[in-house]
Amino acid sequence: MKPSALPSPTATGRPALEVEGLRVDLHTPSGTVRAVDGVGFGVHKGRTLALLGESGCGKSMTALSIAGLLDPVAEVTGGSVRVSGTELVGLGRAERRKLAGPVLSIVFQDALAALNPVQPVGRQLAEPFRIHRGLSRRQAAEKAVELMTRVGIPEPRLRARSYPHQFSGGMRQRLLIAMAVALDPDVLIADEPTTALDVTVQAQIMRLLRDLQTERDMALVLITHDLAVVARHADDVVVMYAGNVVEAGPVREVFSRPRHPYTRALLDSVPEHAVRGRPLPAVPGSPPELSAVPSGCVFQARCPLADDRCARERPALEPVGASRSAACHFSEELDRG
Amino acid sequence: MSAPDDRTSPAATSPRTRPPRWWRLLGRDRGAAAAAVVLALVFLVALFGRLFLGDRAVRQDLRASLRPPSLDHGFYGLLGTDVLGRSVLARLVDAAATTLSIAVPAVLCSLLIGSALGLWAGYHGGMRENVAMRVADVILSFPSLLIAVVVLYVFTPSAMNIVLILAVARIPVYLRTARAEAAELRSRLFVDAARTFGTPASAIIRRHLLPIALPTLLTVATLDFCFVMLTESSLSFLGIGIQPPEVSWGLMVAQGRQYLQTAWWIAVLPGLAIMLTTVSATVLAAWVRLATDPGQRWRLTLPRKRRGERAAVPPEMIA
Amino acid sequence: MASFLRKRIISSAIPLVFVVLGVFCLARLTGNPVDLYLPLSATPEQRAEFSAAHGFDDSVPVQLWDYLGNAARLDFGVSLRTGEPADAMVLEAFPVTLQLAGMTMLLAVLGALLVGSLAAYRPQSAVDRLAGLLSMTAASIPDFWFAIMGVLVFGVALDWLPTSGTLGGPEVWVLPLATLLIRPFGVLVQVVRGSMVGALSAPYVKVARSKGADATRVVFGHALRNAITPVLTVAGDLAVGLVNGAVVVETVFGWPGIGKLMIDSILQRDFAVLQAAVLLTAVTIFALNILVDVCHALIDPRVRQAVPA
Repeated sequence: MKPSALPSPTATGRPALEVEGLRVDLHTPSGTVRAVDGVGFGVHKGRTLALLGESGCGKSMTALSIAGLLDPVAEVTGGSVRVSGTELVGLGRAERRKLAGPVLSIVFQDALAALNPVQPVGRQLAEPFRIHRGLSRRQAAEKAVELMTRVGIPEPRLRARSYPHQFSGGMRQRLLIAMAVALDPDVLIADEPTTALDVTVQAQIMRLLRDLQTERDMALVLITHDLAVVARHADDVVVMYAGNVVEAGPVREVFSRPRHPYTRALLDSVPEHAVRGRPLPAVPGSPPELSAVPSGCVFQARCPLADDRCARERPALEPVGASRSAACHFSEELDRG
Repeated sequence: MSAPDDRTSPAATSPRTRPPRWWRLLGRDRGAAAAAVVLALVFLVALFGRLFLGDRAVRQDLRASLRPPSLDHGFYGLLGTDVLGRSVLARLVDAAATTLSIAVPAVLCSLLIGSALGLWAGYHGGMRENVAMRVADVILSFPSLLIAVVVLYVFTPSAMNIVLILAVARIPVYLRTARAEAAELRSRLFVDAARTFGTPASAIIRRHLLPIALPTLLTVATLDFCFVMLTESSLSFLGIGIQPPEVSWGLMVAQGRQYLQTAWWIAVLPGLAIMLTTVSATVLAAWVRLATDPGQRWRLTLPRKRRGERAAVPPEMIA
Repeated sequence: MASFLRKRIISSAIPLVFVVLGVFCLARLTGNPVDLYLPLSATPEQRAEFSAAHGFDDSVPVQLWDYLGNAARLDFGVSLRTGEPADAMVLEAFPVTLQLAGMTMLLAVLGALLVGSLAAYRPQSAVDRLAGLLSMTAASIPDFWFAIMGVLVFGVALDWLPTSGTLGGPEVWVLPLATLLIRPFGVLVQVVRGSMVGALSAPYVKVARSKGADATRVVFGHALRNAITPVLTVAGDLAVGLVNGAVVVETVFGWPGIGKLMIDSILQRDFAVLQAAVLLTAVTIFALNILVDVCHALIDPRVRQAVPA
């Protein structure tokens, strides 16, 4: 088992969400590949953890496996996921259903696809109350209107009868968030919640998420490829690459002094850091195919520091400093340089 | 990419290190492979069977009337004889040729005309699209058997006329499919790009639309092959399709119907032949649809019980 | 909704007009009924009189005009065979076929929704494979042969069911219904399965599951309504095809339905009856298409807004 990102020193007690050594295999036409390889982290209530990485790095797969929503081609083959102390890996369907909503909830990226196109939104928002609280249709509808008011839908009573295609993108995302927080979950996973939206709307949605998080004391897992979102909204960050965690720790520390070449390359490629008149630095090359992940360090092909050792031996995720960890043979050198 | 009636034996796959070929995938799906073999056999029999038959299918022998299937009367007595003492086996082979000589040209005609019209209408849109769709509606909202009955009554029920009617009746199916594909593709960037280069519409349709629509159209054609075969059989059964002395499977069922209680094999065997062929075509069509859909293709490669076992083929697609 | 309906009615009416015109012309091409109905020894005067009495001496456009005018007054002429009014004959035969077809579609759709959903819930499972094989076989069996086999096995060998006729208890329905049912059922199971697999892998189903919805709620509460649109379309097309099936079934089982009436009218060149029968069939199909459209609009709110041309 690889060590998880260490819990933040400010929080006490058990994290609301603990993931350890999570492994997810994908059954593809050309054989089985490992999409998530020994990912671990923990999030306390009221804290925000960002899962950061390029598309295809396994961050969404991690989120889906925590939520138990993997497609049949994917399979959790190892590790542990505990939400509020309950082990989710290997939990029966019925047991898991009881937790889905009141304990653990998820917000998806594409709100138009994530809302049922043929049901009025009011009914979709009322559904968690119908399923878990056994409320009557009328009571649940009332709750749905309250939720819509809370997330800032104008004229909620009227709009509850509208269908998803009759809302704007931002409003749809608000509805989706409302649905996810309906039952005050302990843990909320937000999978690229703002990617499909305009920049101005993005900020509103992120503010809404943060307000709701504070108000309901939720642990928030923010899945994103957007460094700015991480910098602005997350307390801790877990950087993923090719299904592996390469670096983890408090955002401020990780971003100011990265201990993994990948994190550093990512940060360097942000336009604000670029020097005028020079080409914008980018991470050279592209991530390995999951079927061709090298046996040594996963990042070796694109790493400026890579040597023989990186080709032979995969660096373990080792603690570096008080609350941080990194998976690089050169993390010490990086800190000095 | 894969002709639905291709007859490569799935057993002949060699373990070469290439991306999974369609016949490798076919080999993995036992049902589809069996269907392909059955269809191949039917086509072979229809193509070459008559060469070996001589006059067996029409030679009467009243002493041999209504013999049940048995091993005692040589190869041609294997499946029994009809009331005139003709070999049922020989007639089945003869009928296979007739049935396919109607079904295959009819399917090809409607496939060609329907696809061409559909791609053209879908690509251009507007009025042309509207007219084409309304024509398709008209043809489809009229029960095909009834068109056939009326037309075959006006003109003589020759094989040629049956082919024509069936082709016309099925054109809308391809027209609709091709139009839907073309209408979806016409707004794609690569089509726009081709248009900005001044590529003429006919070339865009041929080079850009057709290759993408073709797998779907072939799947539809495979399925439609069943429909055409069944309609021809129904017509022949009702007495307005193939006329004696020619013989088709549907006609054989009709002729055997009156001997149902005394000589079941005359009506049962040709029906079984129809069913075997159409079921095979359906199974194969379902497989082709799966194999040509990149979003569904992985399903074919999931080992049924040995999940997680590493396949012996190198990477081609990562979900 | 009202404008949606109006547009759909207009665009569905076009095929209706063409069908009626087409049958009229084709029927005229099938040859002069005079030859069939008068003895060979009839004098030219007798022939002319017969033609004039039934309007066969006019040109085809004039005949068409007369036909349309009469049809507008609900006068469809009389049968050459029996002398009865054509509409009476058709209306007498119609309920038999309508009952048979209605029952068939009801059973086919309900059965297919159940079986198809079960198959789609776990793709590639044993249930799915079995349903796939059964439905493909069902969709590919020649109906006339199935009918004959039914008669052979259940009528003759086992003697459980009557082999023809409409008289008797519910048992007379079993074989005709089964024969007519088998193809639509097979086709629909595959359509339901296909669109259900698509719906079940849609993001909104993931969301429903993330809310803790159980299998029943996911399938019937969320996926089914989204999956049913293509099923409806195909069911409409299959209902048109049921006329084909009805011809075969009514011929094999000797049912006095509209399919048999049409075949007989063609073979006997009984124009008035054929045209009345086709008109009624076309109107029924027209009504059915409208019904399908209304169902679409009721099920999918997006259809109500975006009206197809």
